Amino acid sequence: MLRVFLWSGGMEYFIELFFSGLTRGSIYALIALGYTMVYGIIGLINFAHGEIYMIGAFTSYIIATVLSIYGFPVLAIVVLAGFAAAIWSSAYGFTIEKLAYRPLRHAPRLSPLISAIGMSIFLQNYVLLAQTSDFLAFPELIPDFDFMEPVAHIVGTTDLVIILTTAAAMFGLTLLIKFTRIGKAMRATSQDRTMAMLVGINVDRVISMTFIIGSALAAIGGILIASHIGQINFYIGFIAGIKAFTAAVLGGIGSIPGAVLGGFVLGLTESFATGYVSSDYEDVFAFGLLVLILLFKPSGLLGRADIQKV
Amino acid sequence: MISLKESKRSALVSLWFMFLTFPIMVIKVDAIEKTIIWRWENMFYVGFGSFILSIFGRIFFERQKNRREKQLSEKIQQHNLIQILLREPKYLYPLAAAFFLFALTFPHLFSTYQINVMTTALMYVVLGLGLNIVVGVAGLLDLGYVAFYAVGAYSYALLNFHFGMTFWMVLPLGALLAALFGVLLGFPVLRLRGDYLAIVTLAFGEIIRLVMENWNAFSQGPSGISNIPRPGLLGFDLTLNQAITYLYYLMIVMVLITIFVVNRLQNSRLGRAWIALREDEIACQAMGIDKTKTKLTAFALGATWAGLVGVIFAAKTTFINPASFTFLESAIILAIVVLGGMGSILGVILGAIILILLPEYLRALSDYRMLAFGAIMVSMMVFRPQGLISNVRRHYQYRPQKGEQE
Amino acid sequence: MSTPILQVKNLGMRFGGIKALDDLDLDVNSGEIVALIGPNGAGKTTFFNCVTGIYNPTQGDVVLTPPGTPAIRLNGLKPNQVAEKGMARTFQNIRLFQKMTVLENVMIGRHCRTNSFILGAILRNTATRQEEQETIHKSYKILQKMGLEKHANDLASNLSYGAQRRLEIGRALATEPFLLLLDEPAAGMNPQETQELIKLINLLQREGQSILLIEHDMKLVMELSHRIFVMDYGRRIAMGTPEEIRNNPVVIKAYLGESADA
Repeated sequence: MLRVFLWSGGMEYFIELFFSGLTRGSIYALIALGYTMVYGIIGLINFAHGEIYMIGAFTSYIIATVLSIYGFPVLAIVVLAGFAAAIWSSAYGFTIEKLAYRPLRHAPRLSPLISAIGMSIFLQNYVLLAQTSDFLAFPELIPDFDFMEPVAHIVGTTDLVIILTTAAAMFGLTLLIKFTRIGKAMRATSQDRTMAMLVGINVDRVISMTFIIGSALAAIGGILIASHIGQINFYIGFIAGIKAFTAAVLGGIGSIPGAVLGGFVLGLTESFATGYVSSDYEDVFAFGLLVLILLFKPSGLLGRADIQKV
Repeated sequence: MISLKESKRSALVSLWFMFLTFPIMVIKVDAIEKTIIWRWENMFYVGFGSFILSIFGRIFFERQKNRREKQLSEKIQQHNLIQILLREPKYLYPLAAAFFLFALTFPHLFSTYQINVMTTALMYVVLGLGLNIVVGVAGLLDLGYVAFYAVGAYSYALLNFHFGMTFWMVLPLGALLAALFGVLLGFPVLRLRGDYLAIVTLAFGEIIRLVMENWNAFSQGPSGISNIPRPGLLGFDLTLNQAITYLYYLMIVMVLITIFVVNRLQNSRLGRAWIALREDEIACQAMGIDKTKTKLTAFALGATWAGLVGVIFAAKTTFINPASFTFLESAIILAIVVLGGMGSILGVILGAIILILLPEYLRALSDYRMLAFGAIMVSMMVFRPQGLISNVRRHYQYRPQKGEQE
Repeated sequence: MSTPILQVKNLGMRFGGIKALDDLDLDVNSGEIVALIGPNGAGKTTFFNCVTGIYNPTQGDVVLTPPGTPAIRLNGLKPNQVAEKGMARTFQNIRLFQKMTVLENVMIGRHCRTNSFILGAILRNTATRQEEQETIHKSYKILQKMGLEKHANDLASNLSYGAQRRLEIGRALATEPFLLLLDEPAAGMNPQETQELIKLINLLQREGQSILLIEHDMKLVMELSHRIFVMDYGRRIAMGTPEEIRNNPVVIKAYLGESADA
């Protein structure tokens, strides 16, 4: 059975699925980074993170449309819409943390999670009411490059841009965390928050920064996926959020390289599963994978198992 | 009461929110018609609203802080009015009797539509009480509760469709199947840590829904199953109105049974073990409580109620499809438990009635219903984590046994 | 000499590359109070966790011999099974059920000695009612012994620190252990509270309760224990009566550090 599926489309089909998997994987990785960073620092599954990504997509849609109506050149639209999405998403991330999570920092573990679920429902409906419940056609921001012409039927320009942008974002993030002051403070805080506080690190600021950076990455993911799929609505954050969370757990939640690896593994799995088996159960694959990892290797591919202190 | 400095801070907060909500609230674009609508009035609403809320929030926090300090210094457990009312049989019994009378006469006083709405609210009361066992008492955050509800509903729909089984035959069977699902799902997942458990249950809930949506041969897919018969009454033919009234009374009985059972469970050896497990898993195990078994019973008992209500839901609407069993449904039930007060039976009843009836009657609110659910969940966690009615532990009376000198 | 009720042989515990416990031997006889002492980080609490099933030791044997029954090897058993076999413990950082009443905390300890389940809870039949009454009765008796009966219906979180420690002991006693493990019972207590604790432990011992305790308060240890085991870096470095331990140069060195030689 399986063999029939596997080569049913030949080599070209395989490569096409591979690149489509990489593209999906890049976006999952971008969103997964936000989950993993927040979890690493305050141990919270930020359920509203998917909504941040959705808001990023909406913001860029709105700003890009306004600019194009006023006749801005394409390059300016792309850059400005991207910036706007990153800025507003970060602002949302920052505000959500202050409103819904910070007052609960010493509450029982489940309280911030319930608060996060509430925030996620709130944001979905906020966008639904303030904008629309319909699917919106997302403008094709990225024009097709001429040099991609010969391979365009396998790898689109958008795919290439997505993969490259993701790589650049990862690189930037790695530099930030390895070498900057705030990056060091973040690493210290994630290892031991009390100790970090004692040596004079402003933990509140570190947590805020984590949310801001994570949200900006999610916003970039938002624009990329919106221009890839070509449409958005208020509900896209939920599924993408769950999948990105799966990616983060798969790689080992709390681990940054883990989130990237997890994103790619999930993206490729989904792409091949839908390509060779059935597209009806696309989301079931992701959810199933999540359940399996949590059951059999909750520390993920690159995570560390934690020892319970008594 | 509010100093200049405070109002300045609130003004800054409102400016921030005006900026934050600017693209989503103010601009509305139409990419095809190439038109922009600027809704500046929204910016004003946001600014004004957040200014007021910020002032209220600050006053609230100030008061809460003062109260906490006072409580710490005096070490007095505060009891509010409701709790005093509940403890005194003198007040409790007449109150309960009045409620019961009202519930009995309700169908004769109000229209069919109102009865239907009330029946729905009662269904959510039972669902809330069921989930309360899992989340409120045992402290296991189950985000896929709706899956068991779906198991109940599909049991009735399918067993009736294929084998012609009646409502009364399937009602216990649906509960049993849901409990079985609870055990099957609970067994592997219950060893997970709290927040992982939440996500896995959510994933399971979604998987069940997605399977129902795609496995056409089994569940008839997204188009669902229709013409599910309403419950019969000893072979009488009921008119639609009678059937609705009948279902209402059925639900009243269900609610009473649920309250009775849940109350007894909470104040039993098992109930204490659930609470202890919620408070401290390790200490609980060290005191000789079997963690897996105890969690599993909570999970399965919670699922049982969802299964029961699922069967009734299928019978009430006579049509079911997977769209009724989304994650949002789980979230609504969770919001009921959180709003009412985790672990408190009366709180959950109140929570269900507020969250289900209020949007029904305030039509203007119904669009904002889900928005309000979200906001309630957040603000409850921040401002009043114990819910509307906090759970008070039972006081046990010590009676010296015969032959003892005390 | 009678067979020890708890016998630990060659116990070892590794976390990754770190040896928290290394080849540790220890035994407790019936009716004895045994103390386990050692500098901070010596592995005393890890030892308790290995013995009570919270950790599964990587090496060695933990054997429990309840009076009048054959010996049981505890390795790999879950904490609740260990408690059922008759060994109960307290925790160094108090782990009471904060939102339950004082009496309920003790009643939880009775869980493994009672049987009622779902049906019993719902039907509340005679057997269940009797069992429940007995649970309340026995728990209340324990509270009286701990001097906490006045607070029976208060929340555990509202107790004073010393009272919380006593409640932990009471909760453990409710499981009817023949061996009681106390993890730093006097930590954070003022001298008066410590004095009351010593009286309490003495009382338990007179009633025939065997006790193994970890403690830093040397006055308490020397006053109460029959035998003392000393640990450092996960190993046993000495064993003996309080008198022997007091004069043991190895122990003095471990506590005061290498500089004591100079």
